[in-house]
Amino acid sequence: MNTFPEFFQIDLGIYIEAFVNWLTLHFQGFFNILTTIIKWIVFNIQNIIGIIPWFLWILLIFLCGWKIKNWKSGLSYSLMIFLIGLLGLWNEMIFTLSIVITAVILSIIIGIPIGIYMSYHPRLETWIHPLLDGMQTMPSFVYLIPAMIFFGLGTVPAVFATIIYSTPPCIRLTNLAIKRVPKEMREAAYSFGSSRWQVLTKVELPQAMPTIMAGINQTTMMAMSMVVVSSMIGAKGLGENVLIAINRSDIAMGFNSGISIVFLAIIIDRMTQMISQKYDNI
Amino acid sequence: MSEKVIVKNIIKIFGSKPKLALKKLQAGWSKEKILKHTGQTVGVNNISFSVTEGEFFVIMGLSGSGKSTLIRCLNLLTKPTSGEIIVDGENIVKYDKNQLRNFRQKKVAMVFQNFGLLTHRTVLANVEYGLEIRNVDKEERRKIAQAALESVGLKGWENKMPNELSGGMQQRVGLARALANDPDILLMDEPFSALDPLIRREMQLELLEIQSKLKKTIIFITHDINEAFRLGDRVVVMKDGEIVQQGTPEEILNHPSDGYIEDFVKSIDRTKVIQVKHIMQKPNALISLKDGVRMAIREMQENSISSVFVVDKNRVLEGIVTIDDCVEAVKNNHFSLKELLRHDYYQAHEDDYIENLLENATKSKYPIVVLDDDQRLLGIIVRTSILSGLLPNNNVNL
Ligand SMILES: Nc1ncnc2c1ncn2[C@@H]1O[C@H](COP(=O)(O)OP(=O)(O)OP(=O)(O)O)[C@@H](O)[C@H]1O
Ligand SMILES: [Mg+2]
Repeated sequence: MNTFPEFFQIDLGIYIEAFVNWLTLHFQGFFNILTTIIKWIVFNIQNIIGIIPWFLWILLIFLCGWKIKNWKSGLSYSLMIFLIGLLGLWNEMIFTLSIVITAVILSIIIGIPIGIYMSYHPRLETWIHPLLDGMQTMPSFVYLIPAMIFFGLGTVPAVFATIIYSTPPCIRLTNLAIKRVPKEMREAAYSFGSSRWQVLTKVELPQAMPTIMAGINQTTMMAMSMVVVSSMIGAKGLGENVLIAINRSDIAMGFNSGISIVFLAIIIDRMTQMISQKYDNI
Repeated sequence: MSEKVIVKNIIKIFGSKPKLALKKLQAGWSKEKILKHTGQTVGVNNISFSVTEGEFFVIMGLSGSGKSTLIRCLNLLTKPTSGEIIVDGENIVKYDKNQLRNFRQKKVAMVFQNFGLLTHRTVLANVEYGLEIRNVDKEERRKIAQAALESVGLKGWENKMPNELSGGMQQRVGLARALANDPDILLMDEPFSALDPLIRREMQLELLEIQSKLKKTIIFITHDINEAFRLGDRVVVMKDGEIVQQGTPEEILNHPSDGYIEDFVKSIDRTKVIQVKHIMQKPNALISLKDGVRMAIREMQENSISSVFVVDKNRVLEGIVTIDDCVEAVKNNHFSLKELLRHDYYQAHEDDYIENLLENATKSKYPIVVLDDDQRLLGIIVRTSILSGLLPNNNVNL
């Protein structure tokens, strides 16, 4: 077999490793602050979700489903979440949900401004786009390594890795949405003496909202799919159970937690999707 | 009247190296040469004009002649590469960001070809937009916006969304939005081009009506010569980014400066531009009832006409008598005109366009009478004067 000459080979990874090491060394304080913030958010969200008793949750889900679609969807969503409870995975679901919600909130906070900024600076786009592509196609496991190095094990690195993995659609669709705002509309706004900020908040963002909501929906779905993966670095929740089931080759347990993830994903997906469709009617 | 807007030697060059192209332009290069060698597009080349306060000023030209570029310079949506634009004595090209915002908020408002309405806002909220960004308080801006909507005939549509409205109505919203801001100057870039002809006519009339009430300075763009001549106090004709001719519709119609304008003027439908007052004439003969039949016959014979209008001492029209009836009456020893009066003539108002007269003119046996609102006779129109008014090379005092 013909092999590639050995003296030609380079190891890109070691540079990245050196960079990551350098970051850990010099930005320890920064990572500590981040850890505190993320922990605080997850903790609080978990508390808020946890304070509501389970039957109220089921009722809430039913009402939401009813309000945004019809009573049948409301009923099926509340049945799904009821089933998760029956399978004995209620607490795990709440852990998972709080990680997902934290990651999504932070993704939105990071993604929307970047998306807006990009649409104002088209030249930036030419190199942010490939970066976003890379972030999305890189196997999600890879993010676990630096996340672990920066933040150790547990919830915080899981949130961090999830953010990296799920922010790109939010950036991408925000950028697209802002660029698609009709030129004449923007000009009309400027012609009345609007400031840039007024054009952004009174014209561009409201016009972009349906597409941005679609981006948030995608972001949420990607965050959900990261749940199982992030359990590998010690995040609690439904993913952890899947992982344990794999290790033990426990089909029953694997199925229970798998189906719970699917149900949760369906509920979140339908709800965010319908919110974005609501916006579409304007 | 004072000069509201003075435009001095405006040049706009599109592209990445406008200064370079400007030098070449000043060195006498043609636009084609500049485009070929530098890749820069000369949108508007050395344009100067001035608009007086309260004037309806129309800029006309074919597609691509630089009309939009020019009008967008007037509120600096497009910044001219060189030249000055003086509004109320201040060169707006030199304005900094805050001065410019202030200028746009207070002095000018624009109406767009495709309306430029904010589709996520209700009609009322659209009209409020200009006031909202000036931080006018809620109550007041609601009141102003409602009044503006009423003035364009959209009362009752406040809470609709723009895309629930027809094109004509959407442009009314656009107009109301501009008026709500109470600007001195209205910039209108082909506001009616996207509308179908009937609606367009209606909107033109309404705009004229609004203008006669509010006396704004209007700068209006169109590629339709009929629209230009119908609306404009003065008209500028543009071609390839330059002004070919400017003047009143009358001057342009009667003295086209070159073949290009001549071609333009030929395409004009004169029936839509020429009004009754332009072609009516003083009647050669008029009689009153007390004059009697004999006097009527003599008047008609002297002027070789076959009928004559009868008026009272205030020139209020009483009717028309014909020579045949009069001769017949004399034969039968009837001398009172009153019984001979006929009323089967057609009448017109002096502001009517002769387009609306043509049908009656062909049917009528008598000249058409022009009456004012008190039924006083202002003039008459004979068929031949309609025809001669329509001939392109005939000078008409518009
Ligand atoms: N943003 C731009 N960048 C480059 N070239 C432009 C730009 N805007 C206009 N031009 C060019 O300037 C010239 C004049 O365009 P403009 O839009 O002012 O014409 P117009 O008379 O308004 O035509 P229309 O009747 O089609 O609206 C055209 O050759 C056009 O291609
Ligand atoms: Mg144009």
